[in-house]
Amino acid sequence: MSGTSDDLLEPLRKLLAFDAAKVALMFLGIWVLFYALGDLRGFDLAGSISLIRRVTFLAAVYAIAVLALNIQWGYAGLFNIGVAGFMAVGAYTVAMLSSPASGTPSGLGLPLPVGIIGGILAATIIGLVTALPALRLKADYLAIVTVAISEIIRITYNAPAFSDITGGASGFDNLPTNPVRTLLLTEPGSVISEPTAVGQVLFSFAEGYNIGRLTVLNGVYTFGTLLVLLLVYLLLERAGKAPFGRVLKAIREDEVAARSLGKDTQNFKVRAFALGCGLMGLAGILWYAMGPRASVVPTNFRPELTFYIFIALIIGGAGSNTGSILGGALFASILFEAPPVVRNLVREWFNVSANPANMIEALVPLASGNFDPLAGFLLANIDTLRFIGIGVLLVILVQRRPEGLLGARKETAAAVDLTEDTRPGGRRSSDVAADGGGETSE
Amino acid sequence: MDTEHAVDRGVQFLRGSPGATVVVAFGLFLFVDLLAKLAGVTVGPFDLSLMSLGPFGGDVPFERVLGFIWNGVVIGLVIGLASIGLSLTYSILNFANFAHGDYLTAGAFSGWAVAYIIAGIGGAYKIGETAVYLLTGLGRDSLQNADLVQLVLLRTPPLDAGANIWLSPAAVVIGLVFAVALTILISLALDRVVYRPIRNADGISLLIASIGVAFGLRYLIALVFGNRRRIVTSPEGLPSVNVAQVLADILPDAILSTPRAPIIVDLHEVTLVAVAVVLMLGLHVLLQQTKLGKAMRAMADNRALAQVTGIPTEHVIRTTWIIGAGLTGAAGFLLVLSQGGLGFTTGWRLLLLIFAAVIMGGIGSIYGAIAGGLIIGLASRVSLIWLQGDLSAFAQPTAFALMILILLFRPSGIFGGVKTA
Repeated sequence: MSGTSDDLLEPLRKLLAFDAAKVALMFLGIWVLFYALGDLRGFDLAGSISLIRRVTFLAAVYAIAVLALNIQWGYAGLFNIGVAGFMAVGAYTVAMLSSPASGTPSGLGLPLPVGIIGGILAATIIGLVTALPALRLKADYLAIVTVAISEIIRITYNAPAFSDITGGASGFDNLPTNPVRTLLLTEPGSVISEPTAVGQVLFSFAEGYNIGRLTVLNGVYTFGTLLVLLLVYLLLERAGKAPFGRVLKAIREDEVAARSLGKDTQNFKVRAFALGCGLMGLAGILWYAMGPRASVVPTNFRPELTFYIFIALIIGGAGSNTGSILGGALFASILFEAPPVVRNLVREWFNVSANPANMIEALVPLASGNFDPLAGFLLANIDTLRFIGIGVLLVILVQRRPEGLLGARKETAAAVDLTEDTRPGGRRSSDVAADGGGETSE
Repeated sequence: MDTEHAVDRGVQFLRGSPGATVVVAFGLFLFVDLLAKLAGVTVGPFDLSLMSLGPFGGDVPFERVLGFIWNGVVIGLVIGLASIGLSLTYSILNFANFAHGDYLTAGAFSGWAVAYIIAGIGGAYKIGETAVYLLTGLGRDSLQNADLVQLVLLRTPPLDAGANIWLSPAAVVIGLVFAVALTILISLALDRVVYRPIRNADGISLLIASIGVAFGLRYLIALVFGNRRRIVTSPEGLPSVNVAQVLADILPDAILSTPRAPIIVDLHEVTLVAVAVVLMLGLHVLLQQTKLGKAMRAMADNRALAQVTGIPTEHVIRTTWIIGAGLTGAAGFLLVLSQGGLGFTTGWRLLLLIFAAVIMGGIGSIYGAIAGGLIIGLASRVSLIWLQGDLSAFAQPTAFALMILILLFRPSGIFGGVKTA
C-alpha cells in the first residue's frame, strides 16, 4: 500500500476516522443534495428549506429508532422484529397521558414531560414482559414471537372494544400540544397568535427570508429531534464502551464463552432488550405523538415500519452506532424522500405526459418503439418501485456485503485497542486482550 | 399405570412448570365454560369488592359452534396446506422464510388471472371453439367480445367475469393448476437467484434475504395488478346448503326441532376441503412410497452428512421447493375461492398464522403442519364464541398468543418434535 495518491488521501482518511465528521459530512451531503433537488424543481428558499427540514426530521427519527435496534441486534444479537409495536406503545402512552381531558378520546391531561417519561417507561415495561420469557428462545423463534407481539399490540389499539381509550381504527386524534408551539406561541393552538419573546426573535428573523411560521415551528422541532438523537448517541456510545456494552458484544460473538467467564448473559440480554425497547418508545413519541408528522393511527405501526428500520440498520451496518445513524439518515433521505422529488423532476424535464392505467397498456407500445407510456407508468408507480428496490437492495446486501454498506468495521468487545503494543519490550502480544473484561475479537 | 403414579406425575408437572399449569387450567376453564354455554347455564356475575367477575356460561346455540368449527376447518386447511411448504423449507434450508406469504399471493393472482380469462371468454367450450376458428376459420370467435387486458388483470367486475365453480368449473380447475405451476416456477427462480448463492449462510442472513424477497415479490404483484383489494369470485348461482336446517330435518324433533342459527356451507368451501384433503393425501402417499421423505429427514438433520452419504442435496432442495411452493400456490388459490377477496397483501397477512401453524406442529413435520393449521384455524374461529361483539377483533391475536405459548412451553411443537416428513 504505497503511492502518492495514498499520501494525498491520507488527511481525508484521517478526518473520516472521526465518527462525528462522518455523520456531519453525511448530513451536509443530504442537505446539499436536497437543496439542489429543490432548486432544480424551481423551489424558492422557503420551499427548499421546508424540503430539507422534512428530510432531516425523517432522518433523525429513523436514526433514533435504528440506534435502539442496534443495541438489541447489533450489540446483543437479539433479533427483534417487533420495533413497530414498541414505538406504538410509546406514542399511544404519551397521547393517553398528556392529551387534554376535554377532547375525544380524552387523555389524562398530565404535563408533557410526565407523558414522555411514561411513554418510554411503558415501552420498556412491555419490552421486559416480552423479554423475560422470549429471550430463552432461538434467534428465529424470537423474531417470530416479537413480530407476533407487535401485531397483538397494533390490533389491540385498533380494536373497537377499546375505542373510548385508544380511538380505535381512526386513531388517537386528540394529541398533546407540541412543546415547540408552547415555547414560541402564547396560544399554542393557533399559529397566528401573539408569539412569545423567543418566538418573536425567530419569527422576525425568518420573515426576513420569507419563511413562514409553520416552517419555523417545524424547524425548531426538527432541531430538537437532532439534539435528542445526539443525546441517545452519546448515551449508547458510553454504554457500549462501559462493561455493560462490552459484555453485550461478547454475547453477540459467543454467548457460551461469555457465560463461562461468569457473566449472567440472560440478565444482560434482558436489560439490553428493555433499554432498546424504551428508546424505540422514545422514537415513536418524537415521530408520531408530536411534531410535524404527528398522527397516532394503528396503520402507522404495521410490521412494514419494523422492516424499514431493519433495512436502515443493515445498510448502516449492525453493531456500529455511527453506522446506525448513517444508515437511518441514508434510508430516510435517499430511499424514502428522494424518489417522489426525482419523479417530479423527470416528469418536467422529459415531458412525460402518458399515464397508462395498467402495466399491459404501458408495455404494448414498446413494440412500436414508444417508451413514453412505460416511463409514465413507472413514474406514476414510483412508490411501489421504491419497495421493489428496497427488497432487491436487501438481497444484494445479504449476498455481497453482509456486514452492511457502511459498517465495514467491527467494534470489539475489548476495552483497549488490540493492535496497540502495550507490552514492555516492544513485542506485540495478544495478552492485552485478556484483561479486557470481555472476549477477544478478530 | 396406577392412579398414584399418575397423581405423582401430575404434581411433578405442576411443580416443574407453573406457567404451563396456568395455561392448562385456563384451557380447562374455557372448556367447562363452553359446556355451560351449550347447556344454556349462566353462573354469576360474581360481585367482588373491586370488580365483578363473569357472568360465566351463557347461551350459545350449538349450531353456531358447529358453524364456527366448519369455518375453522376451511381456513385451517388453507393454513395447513401453506404451512407444509414453510415447514419443509424451514427444516431443510434452515431458515424462516418471511416471503412465504407472498408466494401464496403470487399463486392466488396467477391462478385467478388464468381462471378469469377462461371464465370471461365463456368457459372451456368457447375457448376450444375459438381455437378451432383461429386454426380453420370454422365456427365462432369468442375472443372478440372479451376484454382480455381487463380480465387478466382481474379488473372485470366479478359478476361479469362469472368465475365460480358452478358456472365455469373448467376455469377454476385450470386456474388451480396454473396457480400451482406458476408458484413453483417463481420459487425455483428465486431459489436460483437469491438463496443458492448463500446456501451455507446462517439462518438469520437467509431470513433477512427472505424479507427482501417478500418486499420485491409483494410490490411486483402490486405493480402489475394494482394495489386495490378486489372481490374475485362470482356468487351467481352458487349452490349452498343450510346444514342446520338439514340437521333439523333429519334428527328427531326431540333433539332438534328448529335450528336457532344457520350453518351455510357453499360449494366453494366444499371444493376447498375436497382439494386440500386430496393434495394432503397425495403428499402422504408420495412421501411414503418414495425415498424422498427419508432423504429430506436426513438433510434436515445434517446436510453435510447427507451429502457424503450420497444424497443429491441440491436435487432434494429443488424437490422441497416444488412441493412446498406448489401446495402454497394451491392454498392461495383455494383461499380466494372460499373467501372471495384478493389483494396484494393477502398472503402477507396470513403469514403469521402460517408460522403459528408450523411452530404448533413442530418445524419439519408435515403432519404436524397440517394439524397445526387446523388447530390455528379452529382457534381463530372458535374463539369467537367468547370474543363476541367488539371483542371479535381479538380472534387473530388469540391465534398468535397460542403460538407464543407453544413456543414458550413446548418449542418442539405439540407432537414433541417427532419428524415425520
